[in-house]
Amino acid sequence: MSITPHPGLPEFDYIKPGSLAEASQFLAEHAGEARLFSGGTDVFVRMRDGLWTEKYLVDVKALEGMNEIAFDLSSGLTVGAAVNMNRVAAFPAVKEFYPLLEDAIRTVASYQLRSRATIIGNICNASPAGDTVGACLVLDAVLKVHGVDGFREEALNSFFLGPGKTVLKPGDIVTSIRFPIPPAGYAAKYIKLGRNAIGDLAIVGVTVLGYPDASAASGYRFRIALASVAPVPLRPVKAEELLASRQILPETLEEASILAMDASSPIDDVRSGARYRKLMVRNLTLKALKIVWDKIH
Amino acid sequence: MSMHRITVNVNGATEVVDVPANMTLLLMLREKLALTGTKNGCASGECGACTVLLNGEPVNSCMVLAVECDGAEVVTVEGLSSDHQLDPIQQAFIDAGAVQCGFCIPGMLISSRALLDRNPKPSEYDIREALVGNLCRCTGYRRIIDAVQKSAQMERAPGD
Repeated sequence: MSITPHPGLPEFDYIKPGSLAEASQFLAEHAGEARLFSGGTDVFVRMRDGLWTEKYLVDVKALEGMNEIAFDLSSGLTVGAAVNMNRVAAFPAVKEFYPLLEDAIRTVASYQLRSRATIIGNICNASPAGDTVGACLVLDAVLKVHGVDGFREEALNSFFLGPGKTVLKPGDIVTSIRFPIPPAGYAAKYIKLGRNAIGDLAIVGVTVLGYPDASAASGYRFRIALASVAPVPLRPVKAEELLASRQILPETLEEASILAMDASSPIDDVRSGARYRKLMVRNLTLKALKIVWDKIH
Repeated sequence: MSMHRITVNVNGATEVVDVPANMTLLLMLREKLALTGTKNGCASGECGACTVLLNGEPVNSCMVLAVECDGAEVVTVEGLSSDHQLDPIQQAFIDAGAVQCGFCIPGMLISSRALLDRNPKPSEYDIREALVGNLCRCTGYRRIIDAVQKSAQMERAPGD
């Protein structure tokens, strides 16, 4: 009889399928009573707290392609679902071409948690506060999904349906995420507001990516992603459209920040009030826009 | 619930252990292998008292299933010293007076060891960032950071 200060994990069966086909089949056949996991850093906490009560936990870490991280100049960066965040942050091509991703990763929890946590887990958990999700959104990442009918791709922009809810169906396994080569001359910034400097969940997270683009009336395009201020990670489209259509002046950046604030619909929770969150969306969006603008023009 | 027989190398010794699916690496170390140096704090990946090296990388052992460690190498605080010779990081913690109640120290030592192995010349910020997942409620961290800095200096060749 073990004595622990906490009841520990509930009982379940541990399943380690031999192939993606087998894994998708099992997950589809046991819809509602089986859950896949990779690093487990969200799954175990929810199981332990009694929020999830699945009979089967399916370990997908050893499946084909899950541990690969690769980069080439035509298809960009591909990160397998089981590649932990520390490995992504240390990957040379990430440091060279996608430093935004490393910046976002370094704000997640702690080093030892990031030895297990994965970017795809952060995405599939579908928390509005996910730290790496904003970077994935503004980098136009695409998910590769294996379902009972084989492989397909899902754009991240249409992936989230609500807190904890995505377009994934029973049997679906996200196997990798692909980041295209970023636009020439781009700069990006992630600003996270937490209760302390690093490690905490975001009260507000703002990611901005900007680049010169002759096809835009302003000569520039910006992509903005907001975390923790809506039921899903949010792209404030009107703010992005304004920045593409009107000459970039200090007041244009200010107006775009207000449009970003207007697009947000935060809630009151343990970390912050809704009103404060809204004001911080405006302030931090402006701050990030200024930082990016100074680097690209 | 499924049961699993796993083979795992712990502190250099090969162990064959029967574990239920829901047993964490932390509980396996403490209750199957009697390695009670690794502490059970929050059991949710927040406090770092249970930090061990898994295949050379620091992890919260409360956030890893024992069954996932089949074939893996684990190092706990008991594995830091050899032949009654303390690891330099352990000696530095003693010399700096970095220990008060001691509960967080096994995790602190493992995280610090892992930091110095991947970055032999850490800045104070690097140390603070590496230890952000190890909570100490006694010391205020100052002497812990001093200890890591001191160990880093002692481990480097003179003049480096």
